[in-house]
Parts: sequence; C-alpha cells; structure tokens
Amino acid sequence: MTAYTATVTVRLKRGVLDPEAETTQQALERLGFELSDLRSADRFEVDLDAADADEAADRADEMAERLLANPTIHDYEVAVAER
Amino acid sequence: MVGVTVAVVQFGGSNCDRDAVRALDHLGVDAERVWHEDGLPADIEGIVLPGGFSYGDYLRAGAMAARAPIMAEVRAAAEEGVPVIGVCNGAQIGSESGLTPGAFTTNASARFQCEPVHLRVERADTPWTAAYDEGDVIEVPIAHGEGRFEISEAAHADLVADDRVLFRYCDADGNVTDAANPNGSTDNVAGVLGERETVAVLMPHPERATLPDLGRSTDGAGILDAFA
Repeated sequence: MTAYTATVTVRLKRGVLDPEAETTQQALERLGFELSDLRSADRFEVDLDAADADEAADRADEMAERLLANPTIHDYEVAVAER
Repeated sequence: MVGVTVAVVQFGGSNCDRDAVRALDHLGVDAERVWHEDGLPADIEGIVLPGGFSYGDYLRAGAMAARAPIMAEVRAAAEEGVPVIGVCNGAQIGSESGLTPGAFTTNASARFQCEPVHLRVERADTPWTAAYDEGDVIEVPIAHGEGRFEISEAAHADLVADDRVLFRYCDADGNVTDAANPNGSTDNVAGVLGERETVAVLMPHPERATLPDLGRSTDGAGILDAFA
C-alpha cells in the first residue's frame, strides 16, 4: 500500500449561476481591482492508502460521485499524488 | 383521521419539526417527531422531512442528512407508497437523496429570504393538492438561502413532460413571471413530485401557513391535509 493524497476539485457546471462568486467579484471590484470574471470551487484533500494511484483515484472518484459533488449542478476532477 | 401516524424526521439542526407536528395536530393528524438515529417506527403512514439547517448546511444544504441511514428507510417507505413530503431543508434533503429530481442551491440574490410568496397549483390530482383546483393561487411563506431550483435542460424537459411540477412561484393573480420568482428557480419551480405522486418536496413552508393564529394565511393547510 502507498500513501496518497487525492485532491477532489468540485465546481459548478458552466452556465450554472454562482451568486456567491458574483458577490465576491463585486466586492473585489469595490476594492478597486479590475477583473473580467471570477469562479469559485471547493477543493477536498483526501489522504488515503491504496495499492496504486489508479485505485486511489477510483476511490476519490466514488467519494465525489456519492457525496462531495452534486451531479445536477457540479463537475469535478480528481488528481492523485503520493504523500 | 384517527390512527394515522406521521413521522416528522428530526436531524441535528432541524428546526421546523415542532411546527410541523403542531400544524398536523391542528388538522387532526397524529404526528410525532422521530429522531433520525432511532429509525422509522414500523407502523407509520406518512413522513415529513422538516425544515431547518441540518448539519449546519455543511457541504451543501441537505447533503449530510440525505446520507443519514434513516434516509434509506425513507426511500424504501416512499417506494412502498408511504406519503413523503420534504419542506425547505427537507426539500433539499429530498433532492440530495434522490427522492425528487433537480437540486436546490444558492438563491440568485445570494441572500437569505424570508417572505410570503404566491404559488400556483400546477396539479390538483395529487394527495398534496387535492384541496385545491389546478391554477389556484395560494400564499405560503419561504425562508431559505438555498432555494433556487436547478436542473439540467434534459431533466427539466422530462419533468415538464411528466407533469411533475407541483407548484410554481407566481404573482397574486397567478401569473408565473420573473418578478414573482423569489430566488431565480428554473421555470419558477417551487415544488416537484418524485417518481410517485405520493412523494413531493417544496421550498415554501405549508406548516407556517396552517394555524389560524400564526401569520397571515392558512393556505398551506391543504397540502398537509394529504395526511388527514
């Protein structure tokens, strides 16, 4: 078994309104920053032991499918690195 | 009706469970609060997933409660035809657990909104709406920060084709308009049916519009009358 960190990034699908990101963008603009867009995402770092990187990725993928993301509104990606 | 026992499932952070029991009591329905860890009683004839802030809305509103073991029992009961309604946080839990399609997420305003709204009854042939006629306009309050109904275009087309939209936000005259949409919900959807008509979720609070001494409307009583 090898120790891995699986990083799961969950973000809203393109086209799904993100009022929190819009509000954050407005706050940045109020502070004088110039920006054309802002998107937010949630990142989960999952430490786990697995036989290989593929198994670690599969397990993180299932975590995203079953809890971390809501497939109706979210896309997600998984990246695995040895810890 | 005597003998009907409705379970109002209480999670950590539920806060409309007592309101639901009181409203049901008022309608003559025997209702009891059931702590989620205790599981569903064997003989229940209805289930309410009440409003509140279960698990502090961690991750997403309803996400944690939807994965609590009792929800497997709720889904099994729903499949057997036991009437199940999710209100507000209960609607979020219901959609997160797959009882109903779509998702409820952050209001377009990015604000928590607590206000009376009008709903158009889109189906009058369900247990939840037997007290109304199709097209009736009822006034029921909302109180949510994550009530914007989101659904994929394909799933929305199916929802409409299957006639599973139960309530839409509308103005006082029943017109479904952007101005009458409090939270940016797709197609002004305020409540939907599950695969069975005996399963429904809605963001507005019928239990807050049932008791005559509470608030300005008793229009929500007809929804809870499904259990009577």
